[in-house]
Amino acid sequence: MKVLVPVKRVVDYNVKVRVKSDQSGVDIANVKMSMNPFDEIAVEEATRLKEAGVATEVVAVSCGVAQSQETLRTAMAIGADRGVLVQTDVELQPLAVAKLLKALVDQEQPKLVILGKQAIDDDANQTGQMLAALLGWPQATFASKVEVQGDKVQVTREVDGGLETIALTLPAIVTTDLRLNEPRYVTLPNIMKAKKKPLDTVTPESLGVDVAPRLKTLKVVEPAARKAGIMVPDVATLVDKLKNEAKVI
Amino acid sequence: MTTLVIAEHDNAQLKAATLSAVAAAAAIGGETHVLVAGSGAQAVAEQAAKVAGVSKVLLADGAALEHGLAENVAAQVLAVAGNYSHILFPATAAGKNVAPRVAAKLDVAQISDIVAVESADTFQRPIYAGNAIATVQSSDSVKVITVRTTAFDAVAAEGGSAAVETVAAVADSGTSSFVGREFAKSDRPELAGAAIVVSGGRGLGSAENFKILDPLADKLGAALGASRAAVDAGYAPNDWQVGQTGKIVAPQLYVAVGISGAIQHLAGMKDSKVIVAINKDAEAPIFGVADYGLVGDLFQVVPELTEAI
Repeated sequence: MKVLVPVKRVVDYNVKVRVKSDQSGVDIANVKMSMNPFDEIAVEEATRLKEAGVATEVVAVSCGVAQSQETLRTAMAIGADRGVLVQTDVELQPLAVAKLLKALVDQEQPKLVILGKQAIDDDANQTGQMLAALLGWPQATFASKVEVQGDKVQVTREVDGGLETIALTLPAIVTTDLRLNEPRYVTLPNIMKAKKKPLDTVTPESLGVDVAPRLKTLKVVEPAARKAGIMVPDVATLVDKLKNEAKVI
Repeated sequence: MTTLVIAEHDNAQLKAATLSAVAAAAAIGGETHVLVAGSGAQAVAEQAAKVAGVSKVLLADGAALEHGLAENVAAQVLAVAGNYSHILFPATAAGKNVAPRVAAKLDVAQISDIVAVESADTFQRPIYAGNAIATVQSSDSVKVITVRTTAFDAVAAEGGSAAVETVAAVADSGTSSFVGREFAKSDRPELAGAAIVVSGGRGLGSAENFKILDPLADKLGAALGASRAAVDAGYAPNDWQVGQTGKIVAPQLYVAVGISGAIQHLAGMKDSKVIVAINKDAEAPIFGVADYGLVGDLFQVVPELTEAI
């Protein structure tokens, strides 16, 4: 069983981004970029499926600028067998990414695609579900447990109020939540090995996909700042403030 | 211009998240219809018909819709989508699961997690864990949107008198099936909609210590929440997580206990009306967003606070 894992290059989760003064977006020049954390969990899960003898090949895919190659190398250092970069400088929105991935799925014919549930830059939480719809495949989003059983995959999902378990007929789409696994630490020998793994580059044009953005960003601003608070010396003062000043208790 | 709001419900009760989505629909303007897709959900449709500002309720009642499987619910929405300019889902686990399927099938972009409506085609949404707010304009013929429920004041649950129209329910996709559900029973209010939230972080130190928050939450009638660090450490269940990738809350009062305040956590609670932070580290970033900060040992402060209110 082949598993496809899309990975996105995003601003590292430790970086607090700044809004550009001309309100055209956030300033990502010279900030640390990393693999989207949810995608790392997806690569780890696919790798574990391979180590368990369930998956036969793990293919990592990234859509975006040339530097996304680094993200693919990280995926291969975790355990992906090869990488495919869909290279473009166009701003890619989730629907466009889903269409690119559909074109690659049509070529690669995986039985399972595991994606992060959301990217921590645009926080859209769309691509996996959109890909499932375009392929006509079933989906299990926000997965905290994945078990492949023959031609089915049983997935426990994190939903409002607790956990839900569903079963999907393969081929299927899974999107990862935080508790699915803890990605391994990438070792230097594996980084070296990853450099020798195959990495193909294609373009949206070669896949026949129109990636023109559908949403226009008119401006990007800082959120309204909270009014500065005060420090209180003790519990009695706190309770007094909550009762008489804030009037919330 | 007519907006379709997809109801959040459990086949018995209409959930409050729907009322916030209806509020967003009202801000867009035009008529508002509500789709109730469920099984044995007649009572939900009747509740939806009473919601202020709703002019029609569509009830799709069928076995395939009982558990809210994304494939079936999306097919149901698509079956009635033809007449609508906007399709709104509350940005809940269920809404986020289904909305992108609908958007992709309609070949339109989805606008996720809107926090304000500027016009019928222009919306504000948070990006980068709420560290920036983007204003986006859609040129698509249909706008598929998820609504951040904390950003829109719920409309009145009573007062409307919409007609309920039954529509044919879709057949099962045959590709997915429901296996089971584990929902913790609790007498406390639901985290996402609670007026007061008491949240604990890594500072609690253990699942056992986390229980120190119970009497405080009981006394305040609060929901319990947690930081990602506390959930990852196993101190609190997954669905208590407040933050960028967990629940977004905006209660009247948010009490953060032993939470340092990583940006991912702040993303989930910084729109709360009043924030109280209790932490032994005076430098903790949580104090930067707190209205009232108290530096101290939570194991002394929390019982004292519980006693004092």
